[in-house]
Amino acid sequence: MTMTATQCLLQMYDEHYDLEDYQSGVPRWCTGCGDNAILAAVQRLCRDENLRPEKTAFISGIGCSSRFPHYMKTYGFHGIHGRALPIAEGVKMARPDLHVFVNTGDGDCCSIGAAHWIHAIRYNMNMTVLLHDNQIYGLTKMQASPTTPLGTKSNTTPRGSYLAPLNPLSITLGVQNVSFVAQAVDWIPEMLYDIIKAAYHHKGFSFIRIVQRCPEWLPEMFEPWLHDPNRILVLNHENGLQVSASLSKVYKNLQAHDPSDLNRAREIASNLDPVPVGILYRNPDVPRYEEVRHAGQMRSTDLIEKGLNAEFDKFTVWPQETEAQTQPVM
Amino acid sequence: MNDTSIKQFVNEIPRQARSPAAKKAVTLKEHIVEIISDSGEGAQRCGQSLGSIAARMGNGIWTVEIIPAEIRPPARSVAGASGNRIRLGSERITNGGDNTDLIVAFNEQALLGRVRAGELKPDCTILLESMWRDNKDPKITAAYIETCNQLVAAGYKVHEVPMERECLSVVADAHRGKNMFALGMLCSIYSLDMQLAREQIALTFGKKGQSIIEPNIKLLEAGFTWAEVNLDFKYRIPAVRSSEPQIVANGNTALALGVLASGMDICAMYPITPATSASHYLSDVFEKVGGIVHQAEDEIAACAFAIGASYAGKCAVTITSGPGYSLKQEGLGLAVMAEIPLVVVNVQRGGPSTGLPTKAEQGDLMAAIFGSHGDAPKVVMAASTIEDCFYSVITARKIAETFNMVVVLLTDANLATSQQPFPRPQFNKSWLAPPVDQSAIPAGAKPYDWDATTGLARRFIPGQPNGMHTVTGLTHDRLSHVAYDAEINEESIRARSLKLAALQKTLKTPPLFGDEKGDLLIIGWGSTKGAIEEAVESMRAEGCKVSSMHLRFLQPLPPGIKEVMQRFKKVMTIEGNWSDRPQDELIDETNRRYSAVATLLRARYLIDVDCWSEVMGQPIKPGTICRVIRDQLKKQAEAEQS
Ligand SMILES: Cc1ncc(C[n+]2csc(CCOP(=O)(O)OP(=O)(O)O)c2C)c(N)n1
Ligand code: SF4
Ligand SMILES: [Mg+2]
Repeated sequence: MTMTATQCLLQMYDEHYDLEDYQSGVPRWCTGCGDNAILAAVQRLCRDENLRPEKTAFISGIGCSSRFPHYMKTYGFHGIHGRALPIAEGVKMARPDLHVFVNTGDGDCCSIGAAHWIHAIRYNMNMTVLLHDNQIYGLTKMQASPTTPLGTKSNTTPRGSYLAPLNPLSITLGVQNVSFVAQAVDWIPEMLYDIIKAAYHHKGFSFIRIVQRCPEWLPEMFEPWLHDPNRILVLNHENGLQVSASLSKVYKNLQAHDPSDLNRAREIASNLDPVPVGILYRNPDVPRYEEVRHAGQMRSTDLIEKGLNAEFDKFTVWPQETEAQTQPVM
Repeated sequence: MNDTSIKQFVNEIPRQARSPAAKKAVTLKEHIVEIISDSGEGAQRCGQSLGSIAARMGNGIWTVEIIPAEIRPPARSVAGASGNRIRLGSERITNGGDNTDLIVAFNEQALLGRVRAGELKPDCTILLESMWRDNKDPKITAAYIETCNQLVAAGYKVHEVPMERECLSVVADAHRGKNMFALGMLCSIYSLDMQLAREQIALTFGKKGQSIIEPNIKLLEAGFTWAEVNLDFKYRIPAVRSSEPQIVANGNTALALGVLASGMDICAMYPITPATSASHYLSDVFEKVGGIVHQAEDEIAACAFAIGASYAGKCAVTITSGPGYSLKQEGLGLAVMAEIPLVVVNVQRGGPSTGLPTKAEQGDLMAAIFGSHGDAPKVVMAASTIEDCFYSVITARKIAETFNMVVVLLTDANLATSQQPFPRPQFNKSWLAPPVDQSAIPAGAKPYDWDATTGLARRFIPGQPNGMHTVTGLTHDRLSHVAYDAEINEESIRARSLKLAALQKTLKTPPLFGDEKGDLLIIGWGSTKGAIEEAVESMRAEGCKVSSMHLRFLQPLPPGIKEVMQRFKKVMTIEGNWSDRPQDELIDETNRRYSAVATLLRARYLIDVDCWSEVMGQPIKPGTICRVIRDQLKKQAEAEQS
């Protein structure tokens, strides 16, 4: 069956996906695990944006949260601990046409993968990165992570953790080329969705730290915030997120923040309580590595043949003196 | 500048008067020449130019870089020799050879370094810069005179050459141009075509313009004239000009050209000696054909990046050396498990740990085959010549994509920095990877539908409709669903292992060098090929019944090797990695650690393969191999008699 180009285009635009077109398998997370909410928000986003499943890839490391790609009916790459970002970078460089999402845990991103995290910010490749920050190692059964609050008891810190946690927002905002930083909490689905959507639409490395509940290991940890809406600082701005009327009835602690203000973003990031939720920083003008490097070029056989022969010429010793075309051997 | 303009320009430079009396040149079959200086004095460029000129005349050449361990060692230091060794011959040269016949040294300390390393022939001709004889610093003068006297007493033919003084009569700053003066002397000594030499200079300095080319040509001619007038010897190494165009390049350049020719489009790397120069060159040229070199934040990231790129499209390559190879191990296991094609190049250097960064060793074979935890079958190949560095990348990419496997390509510091001409390859479309498959996957097809016989499964690539699935490093079933079922674990490990057998069935028995049977079979792999075959050839000329076989595939080992080994009374490997010395007090058959390939051959074929190895940080010399063969045959003869 052949189609005209217009028909093809029409069909593409006609293509319509439902939620179940993105759903795969039954998530094996604990009941009440914040990852479920993140999954729901992401599947909704895919449907609403009508992302073609075969053109979408979810890439993760190892951890409870890194199981995420298995529950998406898209392409997925459940990688190795800490290395989701460089894998995703390779994917994006080879295939800038794909929608790339990354799921990573606080151990995965901020501990074993910390070097990659810093550099990924700097590369600023177009991808949406979800940091599932439950402030603990979930999969390996409750060890302290770099974001675990000081004094938290865990299996490796039975008398309380020794070190102050690092702040993923401040760190991200401190790296050269940062282009999108947001924070969400898993228990306000509407804002979670809006933030992920804004991140998806940003062209560059969109980093969302999602405060994610782990009822299995830290059942009490987020309770105070859950029960007191005033301990959520909602960032509101016409250039950022605009909180709905219904939501602002519950979450009254609003603050106007223009996401183009990096210094203010850094100040907000350093406030741990109340927890800021919204877009801290956005700069669409930061160059994207894949574009700087001209990823996804068409490479014809002819181009390669010509290029290769031009290189051979540089190193060739010709048999006939008169045709000598050698270049220095260096 | 184009070629005609170079010629024209060269012809316009006023010529110096030719030497009065032409000496009679002694004809040689081959000679080994070295040019050494402190680093930064240009001996490398002189050596490379000499090699190029000789190659253009049709001589066989093999050039080896002499690199000090430090970037800027102190001036005039024994450990600071930097330069080049060039083996020139009438016929094809396959390795760096034994000891040096003639050396040009810019100071006596760097020279001492070479003498102490045992690199010079006992009667080696030395052309030594004489300016140190009357230095302001009496200590330097004393050191120079003492060394000179010692060298003469030791039997070396020392010629003191006032290089600095002669150069100053041509240019204001002799420091920069002495190398071209030396090149001129060597052109005289080896009766090389001066017109070619002038052209070579014009090409070398072409980018810098005529104001640089002109004084360098004058220096070249000054050196030539000086040698014509002042030296009482002259050689000629007859050359047979090849009828085919030849590429003169080092192994790393050949490797990078191979990456271009393989159609791969992404190379991820992190700088590490001695692999870096491949990436330097690739960084310069890859973009011209739409490729990308990504310098990652470390080797773990480089490996992961390449895996991501391979997963999403065409096979990618990552280039590294020992320490970086260690860092990639977990990533390689992932690629094996997820069956993502990947080419990994390990330009081996001395190890373990940081080891000898600039020196050659073959110490990573076992890591290449067995590296990464669990059962992680990978294909392992080794390039054995400069030309092989080029073609092996193309082969590696093809195998990786045909079998969805990791292919490790081993080269080493010797191949990386040595130059040898090889026939210019004719571009072939079939070298390139096909375009990324974006066709729809038929309904019901599974991402890991392992073939019961070959273990092969069709790879699904993102973008292919109906192919959506999540690859994982966890044990998975045919749908790529995580499986904790022990049976699926066994089934999938079996499939990944079978792919090696499927590849093995397509391989040919490596050819024998020498007779089909005999007293001794030498087996080697990698960069030792030239030296081993040269040694075997000369031992055969002495009447010894020795042959050799060189392995290109180390995993899987090709078929037919056992049958070949059985036709020889004894089999022995020669390798550049460690093997315990049988003469050491504690070493016996119950604890001796054999060299890598010897261990593999013993385990696979149950044949009592012996080994000889050394880890001297430099290529194994053909003369050394001759001695090893001689000793071994003597031992065998004695055993037969008793
Ligand atoms: C190289 C390596 N080291 C350690 C582990 C074990 N491991 C698996 S997940 C994990 C931590 C997971 O914590 P996090 O990233 O916060 O994810 P979560 O489970 O909390 O979602 C660890 C240490 C591993 N799989 N690989
Ligand atoms: S252990 Fe915690 S993070 Fe893991 S699934 Fe359970 S609740 Fe979620
Ligand atoms: Mg966690």
